[in-house]
Amino acid sequence: MPETHRRPASNLPPLSLHIPEPRYRPGDTPDFGDIEVPAVEATPRPGEATKPDAMRDMCYGLVRVLDFDGQAKGAWDPKLSAERLRAMLRYMMLVRAFDDRMFRAQRQGKTSFYMKCTGEEATSVASTMAIDRADMCFPSYRQQGILIARDYPLIQMMNQIYSNRGDHLLGRQLPIMYSAPEHGFFSVSGNLATQYPQAVGWAMASASKGDSRIATVWCGEGSSAEGDFHSALTFATVYNAPVIFNVVNNQWAISSFSGFAGGERTTFAARAVGYGIAGLRVDGNDPLAVYAATQWAADRARTNNGPTLIEHFTYRAEGHSTSDDPSAYRAAQEASAWPFGDPIARLKQHLIALGEWDDAQHDALRAELDDLVKTTQKQSEKLGILGHGMHQPFETMFEDVFEEMPWHLKEQCDQMLAEQEKKFGPNWKPE
Amino acid sequence: MMAGETQTKTMNMIEAINSAMDIMLERDPNTVVMGEDVGFFGGVFRATAGLQKKHGKTRVFDTPINECGIIGVAVGMGAYGLRPVPEIQFADYIYPGLDQLVSEAARLRYRSANDFICPMTVRTPFGGGIFGGQTHSQSPESIMTHICGVKTVIPSNPYDAKGLLIAAIEDNDPVVFLEPKRIYNGPFSGYYDRPVEPWSKHDASAVPEDYYRIELGKAATVRAGEAVTVLAYGTMVHVAKTVIEEMGVDAEILDLRTLLPLDIDAIETSVKKTGRCLIIHEATRTSGFGAELAALVQERCFYHLEAPVERVTGFDTPYPHSLEWAYFPGPVRIATALEKIMKD
Repeated sequence: MPETHRRPASNLPPLSLHIPEPRYRPGDTPDFGDIEVPAVEATPRPGEATKPDAMRDMCYGLVRVLDFDGQAKGAWDPKLSAERLRAMLRYMMLVRAFDDRMFRAQRQGKTSFYMKCTGEEATSVASTMAIDRADMCFPSYRQQGILIARDYPLIQMMNQIYSNRGDHLLGRQLPIMYSAPEHGFFSVSGNLATQYPQAVGWAMASASKGDSRIATVWCGEGSSAEGDFHSALTFATVYNAPVIFNVVNNQWAISSFSGFAGGERTTFAARAVGYGIAGLRVDGNDPLAVYAATQWAADRARTNNGPTLIEHFTYRAEGHSTSDDPSAYRAAQEASAWPFGDPIARLKQHLIALGEWDDAQHDALRAELDDLVKTTQKQSEKLGILGHGMHQPFETMFEDVFEEMPWHLKEQCDQMLAEQEKKFGPNWKPE
Repeated sequence: MMAGETQTKTMNMIEAINSAMDIMLERDPNTVVMGEDVGFFGGVFRATAGLQKKHGKTRVFDTPINECGIIGVAVGMGAYGLRPVPEIQFADYIYPGLDQLVSEAARLRYRSANDFICPMTVRTPFGGGIFGGQTHSQSPESIMTHICGVKTVIPSNPYDAKGLLIAAIEDNDPVVFLEPKRIYNGPFSGYYDRPVEPWSKHDASAVPEDYYRIELGKAATVRAGEAVTVLAYGTMVHVAKTVIEEMGVDAEILDLRTLLPLDIDAIETSVKKTGRCLIIHEATRTSGFGAELAALVQERCFYHLEAPVERVTGFDTPYPHSLEWAYFPGPVRIATALEKIMKD
């Protein structure tokens, strides 16, 4: 050991390094009894123009609307019509049906990768429904609910997942890295939290032009550790940007629990405190609470009262992606033991309690959505699946690096085309 | 060289760069200029002096000291439809923003198949010769040219700086515009112990006051010659010229002006004519842009070469403070290489 690493002789106690460790590992029986669940009526609803320092408690509490009996209560109840609630339920169920089908498609070898958002559907669907359709969304990779809540054609999502002939991204992006400008959905990166400062820039641009549109952005609690997250919050507070920051705290970043992003010490909503922006901590499995909090933040942003950070306290019920095996690092029963239940089940329960829904309708809707997804999948697969045939002309590989192709890319493109001809013969054409 | 009938004014590089931004702010309501200290103060090198007063605070403004934020925010502004011109105060500070540049700005058009573009121009002063030490002297151009999807531009005089910067701002792809700060106020002979010559004594300081552009991707022949081709850019163009004139070598000097896309035709034509090629840059040697140039010349002109391609570069050390002039690829290093290449 080098001299500098040796403990000097002294009577001070030895220092110790803390390495966070989740409470439950495979084989353990999880018990989340110590998670504080405040009563629905206990959380006040400050006015949208409230100064951040007067609402710090919101960062440590929990915005709730639905109690566990399916009743909507308290100051945050957005009082949505039954029709709107059914639309919300339908969107969330469609997300789940889509996820199940596409996960299976990956397992069947039809594509390389997929990511589900099971248990987190409310954090994108309800959130998107609470803002205007013209507002701009900067998603992370688990916000397929945005596209579905904005009625983006399912077939286009599938074409992208299959990188097939219908994929308007020309097979360039990993599955689920959608882009849909007409639906206010920014191109998904794959690098984490890079969308955070970009959303702030978009919001700043909107404000500088006297526009009325706002920006909204998502990341996971894990990637809130990225520098980009903190850059974004700094810029947002400096320029009072009309932006909503969503941190979907689903407890797990692949195999790293939220403690590795600082979750053992404080809440993620409390990151807002240091930046002097409004923070709300929300039951992310309560679609009405997510809706209400987002609506509050949108009203705040739209009236020049600045940004809001919303922590959606939720649970990632399945693996990080098709490449993940959560049974290797966490207790199997965590999802079922999660004290806030499942967002779809809770909204269903609420609609039934209102007398606006029943089990038969629910089952029929599920069957209808499964069928819709299945039918769409068949249409999409007619345009090809990944790894079976060639779906894009080879030269598209070199297009769009720049607006106009410079000489060196033209040369490389010619080289590649010659390679393909050598391999497949002179009569070869891409499918 | 002059654009139409427009009136010219004697400008140094700072004034020419300022004029380019002034014109673009005037012509295009979507152009915004931002960066550390660029607003009220007008920038630490004065490149944005007076622009905030003239165009307003929402068009020209200060930013937090956060390069990741500066470039990331500019990407979002571009997605909205603005044409941001962020300044990174020193090229040495660009690294915290590199992910936003490499993975986001540069790839946005490609990954979204033209759904979104990034018409951003990152201006940043680079290079040594001002006693800036290791964190205010670096030349990171080869890091930029290694990114696919970014254009890299380096002017060497006021006239080019204005025309190239306007073209860069109007370009619909991200451009890194590297400004050789040693020559902001006057061309540099390479002799640090001689009096500094102001731009006003140089032809290229006659700058049209109005709009004009110089196409990206085109080199300029600074001096025509038959004996050897010298490839240089930025500050080194002037140092090379001084040495060549002192030695009386009939060299052809190409000022590359844009490193990517590179003017390969100009390089190939010149080297095939002269049969010799000397490459000069201030950046560190290993994996520097000179390596790319040497490879291209070898690939395209091998049977015309009468001597091995030579590189004159900075050394592979951090840029030292007190020993700056021992690091800088000055007249001695250039003359030695020229003698060698002419002897072979």
